[in-house]
Amino acid sequence: MEKVVYSLCFMCSVRCPIKVFVKDDEVRWIEGSPHVPGMEGSLCPRGAAGIALLKDHQRLQSPLIRTGPRGSGKWKKASWEEALDYVGDTLKKIIDEHGARSVVLGERTQLSTHVSQTFLKAIGSPNHFTHDALCKGSVNTACRSLFGYTDAQMGFDYKNTKHIVLYGRNFFEAIEVKGVNSLLDAMDNGAKVTYIDPRVTVTATKANRYWMIRPGTDLALNYGLIHVLLRERLYDKTFTDRWVSGMQELESFIEPYSPEWAEKETGIAAGEITSLAREISKDKPSVIFHFGYRGASLTNEIYLRRSILILNSLMGSIEAKGGLFFKKGPGEVGRKPARKLTEQKFPPIDAPRFDKVGTEAFPLPDPAHGVAQMLPDAILNDDPYPLKALIAYRFDPLMSIPESELTLRALEKLDLVVTIDINFSDIAWYSDVILPESIYLERTDCLQQANGLKPQLFLRRQAVTPRYNTMPGAVILKKLAERLGVGNYFPFSNSEELVQWQLEGTGFSLEDFDKKGFVAYTDKQIFWDRKDGIKLKTPSGKIELVSSLLQKAGFESFPAYEPIAKPSQGEFRLTVGRCAAHTHISTQNNLYLNELVPENSLWINNRAAEGLGIKDGSLVSVSSNNGSGMIKSYVTDLIHPEAVFMLHGFGHRAEMGARAFNKGLSDALIMKNISDKTGGSPALHDTFVKVKPV
Amino acid sequence: MSKYYLFQDVKKCIGCHSCEVACKTNKGLPVGPKVCEVITVGPRFVDTLPKAAYTFMPCYHCEDPWCVAACPTGAMQKRKKDGIVFVDHQLCVGCKTCMSACPWGAPQWNPAIGKVVKCDYCMDRVDRGLKPACVTLCTTHCLHFENAEAPRPIRRERYARAMAALD
Repeated sequence: MEKVVYSLCFMCSVRCPIKVFVKDDEVRWIEGSPHVPGMEGSLCPRGAAGIALLKDHQRLQSPLIRTGPRGSGKWKKASWEEALDYVGDTLKKIIDEHGARSVVLGERTQLSTHVSQTFLKAIGSPNHFTHDALCKGSVNTACRSLFGYTDAQMGFDYKNTKHIVLYGRNFFEAIEVKGVNSLLDAMDNGAKVTYIDPRVTVTATKANRYWMIRPGTDLALNYGLIHVLLRERLYDKTFTDRWVSGMQELESFIEPYSPEWAEKETGIAAGEITSLAREISKDKPSVIFHFGYRGASLTNEIYLRRSILILNSLMGSIEAKGGLFFKKGPGEVGRKPARKLTEQKFPPIDAPRFDKVGTEAFPLPDPAHGVAQMLPDAILNDDPYPLKALIAYRFDPLMSIPESELTLRALEKLDLVVTIDINFSDIAWYSDVILPESIYLERTDCLQQANGLKPQLFLRRQAVTPRYNTMPGAVILKKLAERLGVGNYFPFSNSEELVQWQLEGTGFSLEDFDKKGFVAYTDKQIFWDRKDGIKLKTPSGKIELVSSLLQKAGFESFPAYEPIAKPSQGEFRLTVGRCAAHTHISTQNNLYLNELVPENSLWINNRAAEGLGIKDGSLVSVSSNNGSGMIKSYVTDLIHPEAVFMLHGFGHRAEMGARAFNKGLSDALIMKNISDKTGGSPALHDTFVKVKPV
Repeated sequence: MSKYYLFQDVKKCIGCHSCEVACKTNKGLPVGPKVCEVITVGPRFVDTLPKAAYTFMPCYHCEDPWCVAACPTGAMQKRKKDGIVFVDHQLCVGCKTCMSACPWGAPQWNPAIGKVVKCDYCMDRVDRGLKPACVTLCTTHCLHFENAEAPRPIRRERYARAMAALD
């Protein structure tokens, strides 16, 4: 029997709408949804490799219980009953002895995140965290400090932009299909792209302007730009008069940071900085200074992200066509969003979070996500209290949190490590119990509340029966909850019932998704009135350049610029990034994606390499105070002499993922675990490494 | 008579290789053969700007295909009705002569079956009124499956738009 299923891709976290062709319970073909502008059949290479994932014999196929020492790879296959009973019994014992707060669940944010949050709320632990802080904790905090909204509540009108400035936002390699096509359309209509990165990427080759900036100095560049915009009165005065507070403070702060000053720090000529400011101001307000996806480079990350948002505010590009907008929810049209299980009433939880987010020690990061990289310290030092069990739900602390050795030592201290995942990730390999999840083509997921210029709901829908003995994560957690006596918070027996529960009150039914895979609350784009209607959520109702959020927590809005240290001879600033073929740490073992990019290499500047006697393609050792490893070199003039670069996500240690096993080097082994203590991001580009020929 | 023309609008290509994965998925290929491939040249600096060429290389389905002439068994054929050059696996003996004959390296070796595999514009799809897999999934729609006699003047249109924007 042939059928078409509209669903959402999950080869990365973007959730591109897809059309799945199924025959006799086999997926025959997947393409981008024809009903969504910017998709129209398109899929990135990862999306195109979905069937390879479905058919993969090297993914998790059954619940497993460890029989040898941790990480030894000795497993016994278990039934679901057996595995869930084992985890349930162990958790019960831990909770009885140490309290529910000793249980932590970390996950990569996804559609069923409200289910895992509910799981912890139900058992009485405050310790749910997502990977978000690792990626963009400081971007989130920066957005809240200026607008009262998180970064996730803001979007970009790429299609109508006239000039976009990208700070290492590798737009054409870290692909979001709709965004890519919208920006290409804009470029076809004459939009300019300015790309700033110490490394030449595909995005750099498509840009109208490329600056190989000294690594880590983007903030200095922005201060130079702001200086010109203010000095020459190039900003949108009507907009700032109406919506922006703190202009005077900004003006006196920015005074010393001239383009000539910025040139010394960044290596970008003062005249170039001045001409960008002049040029882009002509296109205001339809311009975008992109605040980034990953914003986790330095310990003062929040101030870089704030400076980007300030540039947008000066251009008046907030809530403007071709600029940035606040995402509109169904409330805008008097409708209701999809329900979440977290809306239920739970017993109160007194314990602080393991990462101390929300306390005086760490006041500003978003408690909805927590700060993942605090986990090793919290476990090792029993600070603020002992942690005993970790449930890693499609999140790998070993490869995602910097300083793997530290993380490993912390994990060794735990009484229970459980992984819910689709792949043999490194954390799965290390776990006591693995609970295998069905992949996106084999399961229905919770609704996606897709707020934006047009609020919509999307649904990921099961296309075929699971190939192996796997279950949806939401159902796994419900079954675990039942074993802990809190099954009452999970009013569903399968994913479809959960979606139906979520839909109550929205005015939509499950059948409404059959035709296109999504439903829209309205067919008109909603822009707020730029004169009177922008609903900012700061206490003052303004864009707060001097932030009350920061002030209250005891942080400055405009701390003096601290120069970025230069690495000494033979040392480099380690930088990391993505390519089009892979998603973080999760796709390296995919048959086709592994064929495209099987391992990472170390980009090193040709002059620097020559000085060290390193030949292109030769093996080099990379070491920091935190760890070391070997990797092939890529000697090139396409990277700044102060930086070296490697793709994130390689160097897997799980033998069962045989294609990716031991291929390349994991950046987490080398990086140190330090954070922006204001914003919440780790500083992933703040480790100096020594590079030597082997 | 060669009916089709596959045009790559290089300005929009981002070298993501989605086309290759789409192709391999549709043909169920193992690791190894790349029936189509994007070859990147560069990036290298042209003045202050880094430039790269991302060149899409499928089979060009020649009007007078050397691979067909070279094939000793008649496995490599040109379809009469539309000029699609394809290999009949029933007849292919795996001699690789076509691989040597093709100036662009279009025929590829499929180790799983010990025969040659090549771009056939996804005949299975074309015959159902669909476009080839690579064209359908191309991230940026930079691949266009066109009628060779009347392709859309994409480059002319872009040039005309750019000129019009000057006034």
